Amino acid sequence: MASQALTIVPRSKRSAVSGTGGRTAALFLVPFFGVFAIAMVAPVIYAIVLSFYAQQKSGLGFGEAKTAFVGLENYLQVLQSESFVSGIARLGLYCLIYIPCMVGGAVIFALLLDATVARARKLFQLLVFLPHAVPGVIAALIWAYLYTPGISPLVQALQGGGIQINFLDAHMVLPAIANIGVWEWTGYNVIILFTALQAVPREILEAARVDGAGEIRTALSIKFPLILPALSVIMLFTIIGTLQLFTEPSIIAKATPSITSTWVPNMWAYDAAFIRHNLNQAAAASIIIAGLAAILSLVVTRFSSRMNKS
Amino acid sequence: MSTNTLPLSRKKTPKRAGTKPAPRQNFTARQGGFASKFTVNGLLILGSLYMVVPVLWLLVASTKNAADLYGTSAYALGNFALFENIAAVAAQDGGMFFRWMGNSVLYAGVGAVVGSLISVMAGYAFDKFQFRGKDSLFGFVLVGVLIPNTATVLPMYLLASVVGMTNTIWAVLIPVLCNPFGVYLARVYAASYVPMETLEAARVDGAGPIRSFFSLGLPMMMPGYITIALFQFVGVWNNFMLPLVMLQDQKLLPVSVGISIWQGYAVPQPEFVPLVITGSLLSVIPLLLAFIMLQRFWKSGLTAGAVK
Repeated sequence: MASQALTIVPRSKRSAVSGTGGRTAALFLVPFFGVFAIAMVAPVIYAIVLSFYAQQKSGLGFGEAKTAFVGLENYLQVLQSESFVSGIARLGLYCLIYIPCMVGGAVIFALLLDATVARARKLFQLLVFLPHAVPGVIAALIWAYLYTPGISPLVQALQGGGIQINFLDAHMVLPAIANIGVWEWTGYNVIILFTALQAVPREILEAARVDGAGEIRTALSIKFPLILPALSVIMLFTIIGTLQLFTEPSIIAKATPSITSTWVPNMWAYDAAFIRHNLNQAAAASIIIAGLAAILSLVVTRFSSRMNKS
Repeated sequence: MSTNTLPLSRKKTPKRAGTKPAPRQNFTARQGGFASKFTVNGLLILGSLYMVVPVLWLLVASTKNAADLYGTSAYALGNFALFENIAAVAAQDGGMFFRWMGNSVLYAGVGAVVGSLISVMAGYAFDKFQFRGKDSLFGFVLVGVLIPNTATVLPMYLLASVVGMTNTIWAVLIPVLCNPFGVYLARVYAASYVPMETLEAARVDGAGPIRSFFSLGLPMMMPGYITIALFQFVGVWNNFMLPLVMLQDQKLLPVSVGISIWQGYAVPQPEFVPLVITGSLLSVIPLLLAFIMLQRFWKSGLTAGAVK
């Protein structure tokens, strides 16, 4: 009897988890995987299929266009397109400006906020988070005006100081757009890092203080290493985020001729689909962007797990 | 919650108690005390100014008419024309702006309420049920988190045009219901908010799994549900590329795309500039209010998402 009860208890406990199992779990999962199939899996598969075909016009370009299987032709064309490749290069340059400024800024601000002498922490948190509540389109619009000579207080102030800068000319427009990204995302990441800092055991900091380490020393050699895991997650999402770059340059493009319609890969794909009406190339470009995201997230995950181990 | 917020609040109390005497020690020990306090808070103020000033500009600029916008210095108040500007926004194209706002509320509202429920159910199932293929299914969800949204927008448009759904509200509504990151968050929340014992007790009392989800699990996960819904609301409200690609009919546009169309008009017709600026301000207000009111939730949401 006793032994039976013993064997029954764990089994009934298991059944609380697994007995309700498969079929019930399916009830809960079907809605999600339904929309997942429609919104992610199906488009990706359809894009892969489309990317292997092309519309070909016979002879002199008259008559019906035919759909023909062309293998990797579209991918080759996209990758050989000068505008697409320079879009990727531009995105790379954007990352080089944006990521150090944004992540570095967030780390510094979070460390400052966590310093013992910092005041009004709640207010500062709310203020730095403010830009994140501003939609990307509106952020780009605000900055577009802040960059436009004639309206811009920024340009006026710089002119007052004897500096002539046109933020919208061909050389400045990339850093100018990176600045919009920094403005939108720094505060968001400050909150994440600050929360991670709050979880740093206070005994460790106390010990460091007793050993005579100052604020800056503590921040650099104790606090910073302890928030590395949070930092690597931030890096991952930041890199995926930069691949999405579309809204800000599209909006700024209306204020300056320096931004072409194929300025970044996403704009290239949009242009291929809606201006050049080459859906197959647009599909190939989308798949390349998704593939790039996959490779980069793999690299970041590998790199950060190695860093966290050592 | 216990994994995220608890350490936070647990740390806060000893810290307050512990640091009070500590800085005083610092100040007597070193002369740099005042200087560092000055530097730290000065830098914090500078950083916050960078964040706040553009929003302040939007606020001030929307109180000016077109002439003052170009004529007066940026932060000086011109003739107060905010209400005239709002009236102009309301009058343009027969109140089209409010139609756009309504559309945004519809897309973001349905996306947030229904989409988050779908995510919460899935996250709950991943945490509370055992079934074959669980790990690989969850792996799919994580891959979904990593695929940039914009990479799927064009293929989704192509697919939608095959089934004749472009330029309908469904073309925007259905994709925004899918939030893999929400599923991930919901799993974290289910693990920390809903004790297995409670579900066990409900099961003993004869409640089926569906009933115990709706009468126990979901209410217990409510803070998580609100957090996911808030971020999804903001995400959909901010979404630009999806509606831009899917919709041609002006009456279906969300406010983000609508205002960008006005901005396009503003280049040849400067009288559109105050409309764009005031419209931008009006479209930001709902989000600002949501973030200020739901501070507690977005803070815990950020932590659950990133620090864990």
